[in-house]
Amino acid sequence: MTGTDDIRQDAGGRAEAEAARRRVRVNWLLSAPALVWLAFAASGPLLIMAVYSFLTPGDYVGVIWDFSTEAWFQVLFSRDIFDQTVSLADAHLTIFWRSLSLSMLTTLSTLVLGFPTAYFIATRPRDQRPLWLFLVTIPFWTNLLIRTFAIMELIRNEGLINSVLLKFGLIDQPIQMLFTDGATLVGMAYVYLPLMVLPLYASMERLDFKLVEAGYDLYATRFQVLRKVIFPLVKPGVIAGSILVFIPSLGAYVTPRLLGGGRNMMMGNFIELQFGAGRNWPLGAALSITLLFVVMAALIVYVRNVGKGGAGHG
Amino acid sequence: MTDSADNAVDVVGVSKIFGSGDQEVRALDDVSVSIRQNEFFTLLGPSGCGKTTLLRLLAGFEHPTRGQIFLNGKDIAGLPPNRRPVNTVFQSYALFPHLTVGQNIGFGLEMLGKPKDEVEDTVDRMLKLVRMEALKKRRTSQISGGQQQRVALARALAPHPEVLLLDEPLSALDFKLRKEMQLELKRLQNETGITFIFVTHDQEEALTMSDRVAVMRDGNILQVGSPRDIYDRPAERFVADFIGDSNFLRAVIKDVSGGRARLALDAGMETEAELPDGMAESGAVTVVVRPEQARFLDGEPGARETVLEGRVETVVYFGTDTHYHMTLSSGERFIARIQNDDRGERAPEQGSAVRVAIPTRAVQVLKD
Repeated sequence: MTGTDDIRQDAGGRAEAEAARRRVRVNWLLSAPALVWLAFAASGPLLIMAVYSFLTPGDYVGVIWDFSTEAWFQVLFSRDIFDQTVSLADAHLTIFWRSLSLSMLTTLSTLVLGFPTAYFIATRPRDQRPLWLFLVTIPFWTNLLIRTFAIMELIRNEGLINSVLLKFGLIDQPIQMLFTDGATLVGMAYVYLPLMVLPLYASMERLDFKLVEAGYDLYATRFQVLRKVIFPLVKPGVIAGSILVFIPSLGAYVTPRLLGGGRNMMMGNFIELQFGAGRNWPLGAALSITLLFVVMAALIVYVRNVGKGGAGHG
Repeated sequence: MTDSADNAVDVVGVSKIFGSGDQEVRALDDVSVSIRQNEFFTLLGPSGCGKTTLLRLLAGFEHPTRGQIFLNGKDIAGLPPNRRPVNTVFQSYALFPHLTVGQNIGFGLEMLGKPKDEVEDTVDRMLKLVRMEALKKRRTSQISGGQQQRVALARALAPHPEVLLLDEPLSALDFKLRKEMQLELKRLQNETGITFIFVTHDQEEALTMSDRVAVMRDGNILQVGSPRDIYDRPAERFVADFIGDSNFLRAVIKDVSGGRARLALDAGMETEAELPDGMAESGAVTVVVRPEQARFLDGEPGARETVLEGRVETVVYFGTDTHYHMTLSSGERFIARIQNDDRGERAPEQGSAVRVAIPTRAVQVLKD
C-alpha cells in the first residue's frame, strides 16, 4: 500500500517539477520581446557611445575612425592652445559641480515638499485618496516646455512677480530671477515633485498608523515620531523617490536651458553642446558615459548610507 | 469631584460623538466612572459598546466632546498622549518593526530623555520581568505572537506609567497562551503595583482577572462591581445575559417589606428576593437564576429553597459537568448545570419529568 503511495507521490513530484520548468520556459518566452527591446534600445546606444568616445572628432560633424583617448582627457583636463600646458578644465568642473549640487538640492527640496504632501494624502479617508493622487498628476497633462515657459513668464524681469513687487513699491529694481541657478532649482523641483510624491505615498499608505499612535503614547513629540517612527518605516519610499528625482535631474536639459540660460549649463546642456555647436562628438560621448558612472556611484553611496541608517541607530 | 485624588482615574460626565449631522455616532453617552489606585479594572462589553473609545480617551488619542478626565486628581482631557503618564498595550501590539526587542522596550524611556545606562538597566529589568532576556537583540518580526505580546507589555511598563491601558491584548493569542498570559498579566500587575485598565469583550477574561468590572453597552456603563457582584447580582438583563449563562424566569411581585419582595414564579413556588433600588413595588418582573445554582430534587426541598417543575429535553455532557436543557411547567426554558461526580446520584434522562431546587439567595430580580 505504502509503496504504491510513494510511487504516486514520486510521480506527483516529477509532474510538479516538470510544471515548474515549463513555467520558467514560458516566462522567458513572454519576456523575450522586452529583453530584446532593452538590449537594442538601451545597451545598443550605450555601446555606440562607448565606441565614439575613443574616436577623433570630424571636421564638421561626426567622427573620424581613428582611435584616440583625447576625448576622455578633455573631460577633466584642458591643453593650452599655444604652449600645450595641461591644466584642469575649470569650466567642465564647474558644470559637473553645478549639476551634482543642483540635482542634490532638487532631490532634497522635493523630499521636503513631497513628504508632507504624501503624508496628507495617505491620511485621507481611503475613498478620497485617488482624487488627491489624480490632482498630483495634473501637471503631466501639459507639455514640459509650455510649463517651463510659464515659469519664465512668472519670474522674468518684466514678469508677474517682479511687476507686482514693483507696483507695491517693495522693490525699486526688478530682481534677477531668470537665468540663475535658483531658477533652475525651482523649475526642476517643480517638474520632478510628483516623482517624489508618488513613491512616498505608496510606502506611507502601507504604514500602520497604530505605530504612530504607539510613538506618541511612548512620549515622543511630533518631530520625534517623524524621525524615529515614520521616517525609518517609509525609507523605501524615500529611497525610491530620491532615485527617481535625482537621476533625471542630473541629466536635465530643458529646464536648465530655459531657466538657467546659456551660461548656467548643466551636464545635459553641455553634452548637447558637444554634439551641436561644439562639434566634438567623442567628448560628448565621453561626457555621457561619465554621467552614467556619476549616477551609478551616487546611487550606490546613497542607498548604502540611507539603507544602513535604520539598522544601525539606537 | 471631592475624592478624586484618591482615585487613579476619574471620568466625569464624558460624552464622545463622532461625525456630525446624520452621520453622528454617540460612542460614549455621559459616562462617569472612578478607577481606584492599583486596581485591575476591566471595561467589558460587546463590540461597539464604547469601551475602546473610553480607553482611547484615557490614552489621549481622542478628546471628549463633553466631560472631564482626571488622572490622580489632575485634569488631563486637554493633554496630548505624549504628555500623559499613561501607556497603552495595543490590540495589534504595534511594535516598531525597524527596532529590536530591546530598542522597542527602551523607546519610551529614550523619548523621556533618560540617560543611556538607566534606559539599559530598565530594559534589562523589563526583559527579566516578562521572561524574555534571551531575545533582546531580536527583530520583532523574528519572535512569536506570545513573545510579541510580552514585548508590548514590557514596552508599555518600562516608563512606569501611572496607569496602564490594555486594549484587548490577548485576543490574538490561541486559547492556551491566552490562559497563560491572563495569569502573567495578573502577576505583572501585582509586581508593578500599576493601575491596569483592561478592555475586553471576553466575559471569562474579565471575571478571572479583574478587581472590578464595568459592563458597557451602547456608550453607557450599565454596572460596576467586583466580578462576584456582577455575576451574582447582575442589575440588568443585559449584564446577566452577557456574563455567564442565565435562566430568565417570569415572576409577579406579591408584596414588599424592607426592600425584600415576595415573588410568585410562573414556573412554580413562591420565593423571596431583594428588590433593586428604584423599582416599582408591584407587577411582573424578570428574575435570573444561574444554571449551576440548580440541583435535582429527590425528596423535600430545604427551608431556603424554591422548586421548579419541568421536563428534560436535552442532556449535554461537558466532562466536568452536564447541562440539562428543560422546559418548565410554565413553558419557559431552563438550563441546569450539574457537576459530574462519583456520588452515584441518579441522573435524570432525556424526557423524564423532574423537580429542580434553587436556593432563594440565587434568585435575582432584574431592572428590566
